[in-house]
Amino acid sequence: MVETLQFYLSYPFVRYALIVGTLIALCSSLLGVTLVLKRFSYIGDGLSHVAFGALAVATLFDIGSTSVVVMPVTVLAAILILRTGQNPKIHGDAAIAMLSVGSLAVGYLVMNLFSTSANISGDVCSTLFGSTSILTLTKAEVWLCVVMSVIVVAVFILLYNRIFAVTFDENFARATGLKASVYNNLIAIITAVIIVLAMNLVGSLLISALIIFPALSAMRVIQNFRGVVIYAAILSVLCAFVGIVLSILFSTPVGSTIVAADIVVFFINSLICKIAVK
Amino acid sequence: MAYITCDNLILGYEGTPVAENISFTVEKGNYLCIVGENGAGKSTLMKTLLGLTPLMGGSITYGDGLAAYEIGYLPQQTFVQKDFPASVWEIVLSGTLSKCGRRPFFNKAQKQLAEENMRRMDIWNLKKQCYRKLSGGQQQRVLLARALCASAKLLLLDEPVTGLDLRVTAEFYQLIKELNEEGLTIIMVSHDIHAAVKYADRILHVEREKSFIGSTGDYVKSDFWKELGSYSEKII
Repeated sequence: MVETLQFYLSYPFVRYALIVGTLIALCSSLLGVTLVLKRFSYIGDGLSHVAFGALAVATLFDIGSTSVVVMPVTVLAAILILRTGQNPKIHGDAAIAMLSVGSLAVGYLVMNLFSTSANISGDVCSTLFGSTSILTLTKAEVWLCVVMSVIVVAVFILLYNRIFAVTFDENFARATGLKASVYNNLIAIITAVIIVLAMNLVGSLLISALIIFPALSAMRVIQNFRGVVIYAAILSVLCAFVGIVLSILFSTPVGSTIVAADIVVFFINSLICKIAVK
Repeated sequence: MAYITCDNLILGYEGTPVAENISFTVEKGNYLCIVGENGAGKSTLMKTLLGLTPLMGGSITYGDGLAAYEIGYLPQQTFVQKDFPASVWEIVLSGTLSKCGRRPFFNKAQKQLAEENMRRMDIWNLKKQCYRKLSGGQQQRVLLARALCASAKLLLLDEPVTGLDLRVTAEFYQLIKELNEEGLTIIMVSHDIHAAVKYADRILHVEREKSFIGSTGDYVKSDFWKELGSYSEKII
């Protein structure tokens, strides 16, 4: 098995997949802690459906790089969801549900009506559940992902204390003069960026797993914010790495293998929590 | 000049006025209690003072060395905080954030300030404890220490004894009284008008049409007290 692994690792595409996979897992887990605590767990899910719809429309117009369209549309949707979430008349969850099923339907409709591809259901399936495209990444895509991840991690570390303040108690933060809405929008934008990047990896249906599972696992056992963030990041990177390796060894789908690893880790941590309480 | 001068405030949210013609001042060293029925605009007034809700009319001026946003705020607990994984230290330290300016991280002075206020609130030994595992009284002390980090001049407390049992409530009121005697200015929004009359030196009674502002002594002679105070005494 070790030999097979070494054999696979000698291929650049496997190394690319591992780099991109772990980086995306790292970024999504950092944001995940904040999103889960702010009760925005579903935002990942909603946004990924928007990204799916945008991708369908972008493919239709045959634009060279689809992320030129998908990225701004998803960012816009992220800000919109956060805004309406604060509106007392439309609740956050309803806004997200509306947006997410709406774009899913429109996306599929567009794909069906105008697609020139012979294998529509194959296309849809790979966009939803992640495709092997993680294994066909070009060098440029890997670099894009590396640069984006570095930016996300840097922003997160620099704004860590402010993000904590806004997450724990937004009103207090605002009362001391912090521009909370700026940070909320920033969190939304970064989430959108991560989701678009992660679509390659796990597909749009499974992205929220990357966002919520590491955070939930970490919150089971760790009792302070910094610890939760660090532990979640470690778990997420580990799961992504193991998931990708396993999927290569046993030729299983990449996305769902990673998520399965996340689920296993979640149950292990829940168990640790239960034992620790006793 | 007073810390806060409010002139002819019109309070409301989303364009609907809740209370009008509210004028009062808060001087250094005051202990002001804001009382009134639910929906009369107490919370809106407080949010307006904090700059969380835009003013519909009138003016608020800060003076006597008090800057806007230099208010230590003790909010009501939100449901997010009930299971939030944060240590006491992290929470208290976050109160010093406004002193960071553009720096991304806390410096020594801020950490020292956090430590001082934690010792002052007698929670230094809880430093590494998780906030969600503390008792209600301890949680209030943590939030109080955080508020003290944000401002050494003025504290604004929003229904601070909600959910606390009788003994802890009495201890909490005593603590606030001591802070006031040490020179801190206190504004407290409260349901508990009997405690308000007992501890505060000034009362602001907010009501839809007209409001009362004056010393506690004047308040208990006023019609507001006759109506509300005697009524709630009968219930007790």
